Amino acid sequence: MLEIRWHGRGGQGAVTSVELLALSAIEEGKYAQGFPSFGPERRGAPVTAFNRVDDKQIKIRSGIYRPDVVVVLDESLVALVDVAEGLKPEGILLINTTKSLEELKKNIRYDGKIATCDATAIAWKELGVPITNTTMLGALVKLTGVVKLESLDGPITERFGRIAPKNQAAAKRAFAEVSIIN
Amino acid sequence: MGKRVGMEVAIASAEAAALCRFDVAAVYPITPQSHVAEHLSDIVNDGRVDASFMTVESEHSAMSAAIGASATGSRVVTATSSQGLLYMSEVLPIASAMRLPIVMIIANRAVSGPINIWNDHSDIMLQRDTGWISFFAENGQEVVDMTIQAFKVGEDRRVMLPVNVNMDGFQLTHVVEPIIMPDQEEVDRFLPAYLPYATLHPDRPVSMGTLGMPDIYTESQKSKDEAIVHSIGVIREVWKEWEAQFGRKYEPIGSYRTEDADVALVTMGSMGETAEIAVDELRKQGVKAGLLKIKLWRPFPFDDLKKAVQGIRVLAVTDRAVSFGGPGGPVF
Repeated sequence: MLEIRWHGRGGQGAVTSVELLALSAIEEGKYAQGFPSFGPERRGAPVTAFNRVDDKQIKIRSGIYRPDVVVVLDESLVALVDVAEGLKPEGILLINTTKSLEELKKNIRYDGKIATCDATAIAWKELGVPITNTTMLGALVKLTGVVKLESLDGPITERFGRIAPKNQAAAKRAFAEVSIIN
Repeated sequence: MGKRVGMEVAIASAEAAALCRFDVAAVYPITPQSHVAEHLSDIVNDGRVDASFMTVESEHSAMSAAIGASATGSRVVTATSSQGLLYMSEVLPIASAMRLPIVMIIANRAVSGPINIWNDHSDIMLQRDTGWISFFAENGQEVVDMTIQAFKVGEDRRVMLPVNVNMDGFQLTHVVEPIIMPDQEEVDRFLPAYLPYATLHPDRPVSMGTLGMPDIYTESQKSKDEAIVHSIGVIREVWKEWEAQFGRKYEPIGSYRTEDADVALVTMGSMGETAEIAVDELRKQGVKAGLLKIKLWRPFPFDDLKKAVQGIRVLAVTDRAVSFGGPGGPVF
């Protein structure tokens, strides 16, 4: 089972990300959960959201305390929140940033794999807004293979309608551009 | 049979009500039930069900409107949570006394104070003795199945009682998960059109919900109790029919690895499957552990519980509501 924690700010689409990923996995015939951090949501406030994906039925309904992957939609959170908290040593920390490993290490204590993607630039270019959720989904899919990239298409189309192609393009670019920096 | 979809459980509960072709939804939104209210409204607005969505100014009005609509012979759904359920409290025993098979989807949430939007069972436990049948769902699939079953049980001429389907707030309501959604044709086959016993109609005046003088009051309470006690027979029947048609089994008390168990955990609601994992872990450590899951809370399935606990030496009962100053939680 793969467990993922998403960090974002209210309005950046972390909750939408977990929904889209869960729907994509379920459409592939897998089992998945997508859920928010069960709290009041305010625009701009730090939020977390979670995914579980497995080939077998998922019984557990606790929070996720030892994730395999952490995705950070907003680099400013790195200085505010311990984004690597509980992250397994063999896991992956994926951050939307242009910062170098050296800069990131000032705030992050994590010795496992760190991957970065300039999702904000991609989102500006492809969507015209700095909402990075679908972009970061593309990056996550590349790093983990949790679903196939094309499996995102259906749920993105259903969710975004007219602007779905832009979101799909953003996901594809991030899929191509994400890199592990350590 | 049915279609496997990924869906948020709150939305799935509204979809299940739509499959039952409700006539009236009278709902006031409250966290964590809001997505149920929004989605019922969408379903009616989009013309997917030939129904009225009544916008009301409070939960008290929601239940009052539900009672009025049900008394005219409509199939009625409502939904609420926490303070909203408490605000309905005054009207709930009237729904059961009038023998109106309203179905209420409850997103279980703690009761203030302190103000708390998260999940426990305080809300429904405070309404335990209002004469409603109570189901407790463990996952999204059970929420969908039980919502459909609730109409069939409540509307049975041998029952004629309102039914609430309890789903844990957030723990279930806000989770996107795989659910097998039955087809419309399958639900139509399972659930016949509602044939009310008596209806309010301007051309055929009747009185409903009249004054009960002391010489009849005790008898009326007794008859309501008899009705809910005996509803368990119909519930079993409906669950058997469900299993035959849809292949998913429902029992008043679900048992997991209890055959040779010394100790067993008792849960109600969304803890159930997580507790199965705990039982598996204990078994690996050599503890003969088992699990009992209460799916039917009212009428309480005493016979099923007696059968289920045979051979078990220690029961660990989990309660998600406090009976302050009482002998323990309501489940205990």
